[in-house]
Amino acid sequence: MSALIIDTILWASVAALGFIAWQRGRLILTTAVREGSMDFINIVPRIALGVIGSGYIAAVIPQEVITGWLGPNSGWLGVLTAVIAGAATPGGPVVGFSLGAVALKAGGGSPQVIAYVVAWALFAFQRLLLWEIPFMPARFVWFRAAVSLPFPFVAAAIAMAVGKP
Amino acid sequence: MIVIAVLVAVSATLVWRRDGIDGVLEILTHDLALFGGILPRVLAGCLLGAFIAEILPHEKVSRSLGPNSGLKGLLIGTAFGAILPGGPFTAYPVASALLTVGADFGATIAMVVSWTLIGYGRAVAWELPIMGTDFTLWRIVISLPLPVLAGALGRFVYVRMYPQAAP
Repeated sequence: MSALIIDTILWASVAALGFIAWQRGRLILTTAVREGSMDFINIVPRIALGVIGSGYIAAVIPQEVITGWLGPNSGWLGVLTAVIAGAATPGGPVVGFSLGAVALKAGGGSPQVIAYVVAWALFAFQRLLLWEIPFMPARFVWFRAAVSLPFPFVAAAIAMAVGKP
Repeated sequence: MIVIAVLVAVSATLVWRRDGIDGVLEILTHDLALFGGILPRVLAGCLLGAFIAEILPHEKVSRSLGPNSGLKGLLIGTAFGAILPGGPFTAYPVASALLTVGADFGATIAMVVSWTLIGYGRAVAWELPIMGTDFTLWRIVISLPLPVLAGALGRFVYVRMYPQAAP
């Protein structure tokens, strides 16, 4: 259901921008469509490798290892291991959030799980390699990841300070 | 690409040795279905990126998202990342388009980090149902300042790493 809503919003945005481009002139519209299609054709083989291959990577890394790292009351060491675990978690959002939920249920501390989810969102290695690098200049991706490094710790610190969730 | 291909090949071999050919085929069919579902969205993302690159006037983008855009540029990048629809198949082409039309690393970092941390798409579709409302809302509230901070840090470091690129 939510996938349908997201698809609708997505294609509505494409249509709206396409309409604006068309108003600017037919040439702009056709140039944009041609460039977008070329990007698409170039990107498909990389995405194919990534999406079809990611299942194997996820199947090989044992999930117990990752949840085991997020021990309860583990303090800043727990936050650090949570950050590493988040970056090392393979697979899509289902895997990342499910492991976070398991860690919460298994008694993992909130700041650690927050750090885990934020680190996973910021630099899950698989998303970096399979999505970000194919689409963006590699220099930007490494720069972005390096600059993001402190922020799972900042998020954990805020979570400790406010005592939530 | 080669690194990924090797990684995938090694992983597939390990799965094959552990679960036999059935395990390999099961993952393959599942991932093929996923791939088929994602393809149209990848196309939408590429079109979105191309339209943005064509429509947005370069001078205006470099003024509002460029190296001299200040806090306002970082806030615009953050807001843009938060409202952007779709998944990685839209966020990265659009971010790449922004870089091309004159946004600096700082504003683009703010956009990418904002999309990944406070974008509603993933939160609504995956985090809410799996992690629960309480955790998700607090996680997002805690994450609110991070895109601007990351963008500011990015800009700060970038100017010092590549002084010749600064205007």
